[in-house]
Amino acid sequence: MSLQHAEKEVNQEVEDLKIVNKETLTQKSFKSNTLDFLIEKMFFVFGSIAIFVLLLILFFLIREGSGAIREVGIMEFLTGTRWYPSSPQGAGYGALPFILGSLMVTTGALVIAIPWGIFTAIFIAEIAPRRVREILKPAVEVLAIFPSVVLGFIALVILSPIVANVFGLSNGLTALTASVILSVMALPTIISISEDSIKSVPKDYREAAYALGATRWETIKTITVPAAKSGIVAGVMLGFGRAVGETMTVLMAAGNAINMPITEFLGVTLPNFLTSVRTLTANIAIEGSDVPWGSLHYSSLFVIALILFVITFIVNLIADLLISRQRRKLTNE
Amino acid sequence: MSAIQTVVKEKQKLSLDKDVQEESIISAKGLNLWYGNDQALKNINLEIPEKQVTAIIGPSGCGKSTFLKTVNRMVELVPIVKINGNIDYHGVNIFDSKVNLVELRSSVGMVFQKPNPFPKSIFDNIAFGPRVHGIKKKAELTKIVEKSLRASGLWDEVKDRLGESALGLSGGQQQRLCIARCLAVEPEVILMDEPTSALDPKSTLKVEELIQELKEKYSIIIVTHNMQQAARISDKTAFFLNGEVVEFDNTDKIFSNPTDKRTEDYITGRFG
Repeated sequence: MSLQHAEKEVNQEVEDLKIVNKETLTQKSFKSNTLDFLIEKMFFVFGSIAIFVLLLILFFLIREGSGAIREVGIMEFLTGTRWYPSSPQGAGYGALPFILGSLMVTTGALVIAIPWGIFTAIFIAEIAPRRVREILKPAVEVLAIFPSVVLGFIALVILSPIVANVFGLSNGLTALTASVILSVMALPTIISISEDSIKSVPKDYREAAYALGATRWETIKTITVPAAKSGIVAGVMLGFGRAVGETMTVLMAAGNAINMPITEFLGVTLPNFLTSVRTLTANIAIEGSDVPWGSLHYSSLFVIALILFVITFIVNLIADLLISRQRRKLTNE
Repeated sequence: MSAIQTVVKEKQKLSLDKDVQEESIISAKGLNLWYGNDQALKNINLEIPEKQVTAIIGPSGCGKSTFLKTVNRMVELVPIVKINGNIDYHGVNIFDSKVNLVELRSSVGMVFQKPNPFPKSIFDNIAFGPRVHGIKKKAELTKIVEKSLRASGLWDEVKDRLGESALGLSGGQQQRLCIARCLAVEPEVILMDEPTSALDPKSTLKVEELIQELKEKYSIIIVTHNMQQAARISDKTAFFLNGEVVEFDNTDKIFSNPTDKRTEDYITGRFG
């Protein structure tokens, strides 16, 4: 009798316990579910806002630029070589000099900055003794926070006389001058991102290469750098973004003359780096402040901004494609 | 004791003596190694026999992996390492300043604990070593790749996708690929650092069978945590403890009748 009673009691207790467990279980899950839900929505909202702002900028550019595109035609902007937007007779809206100026200055900067940056990154990540690395890495990062106007000033007073002297020019403010100083600006981005990605290559790969008899240089060349390629490409692309969007430095270093920066050499048309150029960004900065609001000139400056946007967009798209292709190749997905 | 018994005993003794005197390919003599101030190897004397499997067992941190990495001088990648003593390979001390590291590492290959194929195609993984050693011709490389993959028993599984990334293979296949990669530079000695510890039992079996086949041509030193594995595949076993060689003998002897009490304790699972 008492045994049965005890059994009942125990059973009751077990039931109670079950109920309690059930309750706490549902409570907890309710709480964490709500929190999860809210956090998820929060991320969604922030992400959406970022995309929304981007689209808003694009919309604004198109709306303000559409007047000029309708009146002048987009081909005139892309292929025309004359830029006289405020001239009453024979106005020209050719932005090709600026497009070439931007592309030349940026390409020139990258031609200098890519090998320089990648070799520095390899040196910091793989070769430098710890002491040197501890000095070099922060030094590179300080370079990144230099105000662009300071670098522009250096280009103006130090670099341009050197360029003028070396090439026998009357004016040292050229595409070359701007390229050199821009390369210095793109350098920290390229170095720092490349170095991170080289560092993150698993040490297993290096060990395997050494164990097969590869030297340090062979290992860097054939294993480490290829494995870090996607990060290096990303670094270069961000460096490109920095260079193509940079305004103040090129404004001070490139001379800003509106002309076609090309030259004929043995019958071939080549870009002329020893002439003064005006970039897309510089043109907006120079003319943007005193253009009559709502005029055709005003609208055409937005077209120039739109061209800049498209160039950056395309480069970033290519970079993304390259990176994801590389990743697919690595993981075989 | 009958005369016959005496003769048998004598013969056994002789064959034992012969075992001891057999050709050794690598011999460590009075090898000491320090990481900074911590001594990881203490007066190691080992004679590694040619074309046999030598297992190195012992608890974690006993110096077995360190010893293995010393044989191809990979241990020197750690900047604070100090070494004295000799490891003779073909009668040359590998620490001699005249020794060419590239040559040493191409005749003493290594397979690592975690399969570590390069993020390249299967073909390029195998061809990496030969390319480093100056073989450029595609036809020759193709031949080496096939030969190495056949030797590691991977050929039939991958022959149709040599151009695909090696990272798409399973863990066991990756490890056999790493063995093939090591064979492609035609080593004499293969060092294996717990080559099956990251693999499932089926893949482990395949790798163990492969090791049995490879010892026809290669001298193998294998570090293992798994004592059954050492008993299964090795001819000789060295028991390491706290940086010292406690006992080094035929595997049968070590696992059936160890001389040292500590060896017995370890193999019967009393510690480690």
